[in-house]
Amino acid sequence: MSDDVKVYALSTCIHCRNAKKYLDECGIKYKCVHVDELTGDERKEIIKEVKGHNPAVSFPTIVIKDKVIVGFHKDQIDEALKE
Amino acid sequence: MDAKELYDRLRKIQEPKGYFFNKDMEMTMALMESLLTCKERLGYMACPCRLANGDLESDRDIICPCVYREADVAEYGACFCGLYVSREFNEDAIEKRVVPERRPPEKILF
Repeated sequence: MSDDVKVYALSTCIHCRNAKKYLDECGIKYKCVHVDELTGDERKEIIKEVKGHNPAVSFPTIVIKDKVIVGFHKDQIDEALKE
Repeated sequence: MDAKELYDRLRKIQEPKGYFFNKDMEMTMALMESLLTCKERLGYMACPCRLANGDLESDRDIICPCVYREADVAEYGACFCGLYVSREFNEDAIEKRVVPERRPPEKILF
C-alpha cells in the first residue's frame, strides 16, 4: 500500500497533521513529503509534481492510487481506500 | 514568546475586529506553535497551512492574518487554516466545511 498512497504536506499545517493522523489510525502506510522542508531542485521538482495533481498547490494533497484528494476529507479518503 | 502568550496577544487584537480563535483549542494551540515555527524559520509568521516562498515581499499576502481571511470567514465562517473563525462558527450555527485555497498558485515562486 505504501506505494499507492502519497501525502504532500507541510510540516506546520494542521490539516496535514490531522490527515496523516487519520491515515495512521486507519493503519494505512503512506509516503509523506514535507514540501516546506525541501530546498533547491528537489523543491521545484516536487512543487511541479503537486501542481500536476492539484493546480492550486494547496496542502494536504493526498494521492491514493489514481484519486487525488485536496484537503483533509475523511469521506473521500475512505472512499478512495475502498476501491 | 510561547504559544499561550501569542494566543493572548493576538486575541486582544483580533476579537474586537470580529475574528475569533477556533474554540477547538487542540487545533488552535497547535497552530500557535506552527506560527512560532514559521517566525523562527522565516522571520515572519506566514500562514502555517500554506507554502511560503521564504521572502517577506512575496509572502506578504499570507502573513497571518492573511489577506484571504476576510473573504474566507465571510463565505465559510473560517479562514483557510481554520484558526480564525466567525462567532457563528464557534457557536456551531453554520456548517463546517473544508475551506478551499483562494491564494492564486502563481504566488508560489519556484
